Amino acid sequence: MNAVDLLFWLFAVLSVGGGLSMVFSRHPVSAAMFMIVSLVGVAALFVLLESFFLAILQVLVYAGAVMVLFLFIIMLLDVGPEAGKGKLSHFKTGIFGLLATVLLVGILLTLGNSYDSLALDQSIWPELSESKDGASHSLPFSTKVSSFGYGLMTKYMLPIQVSGFMLLAAMVGVIILSKKTPDREDLK
Amino acid sequence: MLSVTPQHFLILSFLLVGIGFLGLLIRRNVLLMLMSLELMLNGINVALLTFSRVGSNLDGGIFVFFIMTVAAAEVAVGLALLVALYKKRNSVLSDDMGLLKN
Repeated sequence: MNAVDLLFWLFAVLSVGGGLSMVFSRHPVSAAMFMIVSLVGVAALFVLLESFFLAILQVLVYAGAVMVLFLFIIMLLDVGPEAGKGKLSHFKTGIFGLLATVLLVGILLTLGNSYDSLALDQSIWPELSESKDGASHSLPFSTKVSSFGYGLMTKYMLPIQVSGFMLLAAMVGVIILSKKTPDREDLK
Repeated sequence: MLSVTPQHFLILSFLLVGIGFLGLLIRRNVLLMLMSLELMLNGINVALLTFSRVGSNLDGGIFVFFIMTVAAAEVAVGLALLVALYKKRNSVLSDDMGLLKN
């Protein structure tokens, strides 16, 4: 058991445990904190997958921006722990939980049956091919940020422009949604 | 003790998606439902990166980039909608939001 295995198990337990604690914690603030733990664990797994740029992006965007936004809204709305006024009965909750567990176990069994199909006998990851053939059609995996930018600016030129436009639309939509309009009040 | 294989990463990814799905089903607070959605997207990102690394192809990594962009925009819009709903209904529980019921 070498260091990579140890790190994988550590961060796998961290991310899954953080996710489970997030789902089952009563108070939204502690749920957000557990979510940050889970997201940082996933970022560490990205490092193990040798995608260093995406790991940094994960920490910056998710743990830095998205969760801070969540915490702001939690504190702005002042939502406390879910009190006992449970409309959703325990029976219904149990049914849903059972459904999700069955789904999960089925997926795991399916994966376990085809266990050998993806396992590689040499090191964990295949060797990186340094050849540059057909660069515009298939981008070779690389740990460098520059190849990332190259892919974004050549093969994925249209998607990155569309996503930029989507961000603009989201920004305008959020501004309009949160603007206080007096005539919308009497719509109710 | 066998060493870590891509299979381990895939199982972890499905676990994350399953936990997020579970949270989406059993929680009633819309904030926590949004967080569970984020967890599901994270699980999908792990699977995409694993396949990207195994296949020595950067396309999966670039898709992870786009998924992150969409997730950030989705959270911003979802939280703005939630605040607007809270102003009207004074609650963040999904039971109190049956706008089209009846």
